[in-house]
Amino acid sequence: MKKLINKPESVVVEAMRGIEAAHRDLVRVHYDPNYIVRADAPIPGKVGLVSGGGSGHEPMHVGFVGLGMLDAACPGPVFTSPTPDQMLEASKAVNAGAGVLHIVKNYTGDTMNFEMAAELARMEGLEVAQVITADDVAVQDSLYTVGRRGVGVTVLVEKIAGAAAEQKRSLSEVVAIARKVTAQGRSMGMALTSCTVPHRGEPTFSLGEDEIEIGIGIHGEPGRRRVPMASARDIVGMLAEPVIKDLPFKSGDEVLAFVNGMGGTPQIELYIVYNELARILDGCGVKITRNLIGNYITSLEMQGCSITLLKLDDELTRLWDAPVKTAALRWGI
Amino acid sequence: MTITREHILKWLDAYAHAVNAHADELNRLDAMLGDGDFGASMQRGLGAVQSKMPSMAEQDIGAIFKIVGMILVNTMGGTSGPLLGTLFIQMGGKTQGKTELSLRDWTEALQAGVDGVMARGKAQVGDKTMLDAFVPAVEALQAAVAQGVPVVAALQRAADAAKFGRDETARLIARKGRASYVGERGVGSIDPGAANAYLFVQAMASVVGVE
Repeated sequence: MKKLINKPESVVVEAMRGIEAAHRDLVRVHYDPNYIVRADAPIPGKVGLVSGGGSGHEPMHVGFVGLGMLDAACPGPVFTSPTPDQMLEASKAVNAGAGVLHIVKNYTGDTMNFEMAAELARMEGLEVAQVITADDVAVQDSLYTVGRRGVGVTVLVEKIAGAAAEQKRSLSEVVAIARKVTAQGRSMGMALTSCTVPHRGEPTFSLGEDEIEIGIGIHGEPGRRRVPMASARDIVGMLAEPVIKDLPFKSGDEVLAFVNGMGGTPQIELYIVYNELARILDGCGVKITRNLIGNYITSLEMQGCSITLLKLDDELTRLWDAPVKTAALRWGI
Repeated sequence: MTITREHILKWLDAYAHAVNAHADELNRLDAMLGDGDFGASMQRGLGAVQSKMPSMAEQDIGAIFKIVGMILVNTMGGTSGPLLGTLFIQMGGKTQGKTELSLRDWTEALQAGVDGVMARGKAQVGDKTMLDAFVPAVEALQAAVAQGVPVVAALQRAADAAKFGRDETARLIARKGRASYVGERGVGSIDPGAANAYLFVQAMASVVGVE
């Protein structure tokens, strides 16, 4: 294992110290329990948006704290859910009386810890709502698994619901918008390589030089199937087809197309992926009206990508375009 | 004979020691189905409980359980933290203000805890979880209460039932948590949560009546 770290057990805290040093204008960093909060929180009359999850997916979520997006983020250990005390303290730090929204990815650890945090917060008189993202079409949603995983749509929910909250809309309105995004967004990812969790020191899974994994989550969980290495065109076809079919996205739909890198894939390859995706969507009559290309939800140094499509309407488009100023996303300001 | 506060504190210590002794095995079982850190998480949680034990000596049993539950939730994280934390917090709710427990009290407390785990994890018996060891233990205790079985023998019956339930999980397909993505590939391996549940129940049998 070669990593730019000092020691595995201090990875999360040292990264938090780096964020604190780099972004004093945007955020305050709180330790023990660990959370990162907007520098100007709590903002009177505003719904507070809180998210969190295991570390190792940066910039999600810590890089999305700031104007027009999250009010607070709770980083857990690498690939492990944060704990309710973090979420409770973060919720209290952003509560301005308009309620708090927890944005949670559908992983058992995350959902249970956030559920406990919501119970504790309600005992203290906070109004807490929860939206769960579960956009990964690689997992069959059935009685036999815990359901689809939350992946790329999480970033889009944080941006779009964040814009709605910034406009001082009510908790129920912000929840409704967040749910619309989760209802209209779908994703699928793939890996060229595994990744190595610092405290384990060895790759989470092994992939042969000539193998790729289709349908991975964001922790190196097994995917749908292992296939031989193929061209970008074929790989994007394997990702796009199930995503398009699932909603389904139809001719005439306007979409946001999000090509996300898993952390170890260069931008030049992400543009090749975007080109293939645009070609496929064009062939289906689906119109890309907004896009996002880059590393936003990663799995440490994993090579690979995910694609996310979100069906847009005027309201979602306007909220997407609204100003945002965070460490990782900034426009219109 | 009743289960005293001293028994409870000894039990928590015995449970922590049992987890330390079996940590590698719990990690190994978890690696087959999940991410391989369950033993380490359990050690972290119960280690934190052990370090806070001196401050619990004067508390009632309900308060002790609630403190233990919150420590586990806030030190373990992942999925096991909220589940085991809920188990203890619900047990604490059932035993509020008590400094000793009858067999019936202990049975009702464990039942409340297990019901809490079921609600939190939205799992049933047969899903290949800790419930597959805990539920048989509760049922054994309920039967023992109904039959007027003495405490020591009843706790041993509960441990035997938990052990049998643990072993039975090897035949099951996981339907909850990260293990559910593994599906049929997990058949043949026992569930680490059920293995831990047996240690929990067995530790109680090991401290009560062994003076």
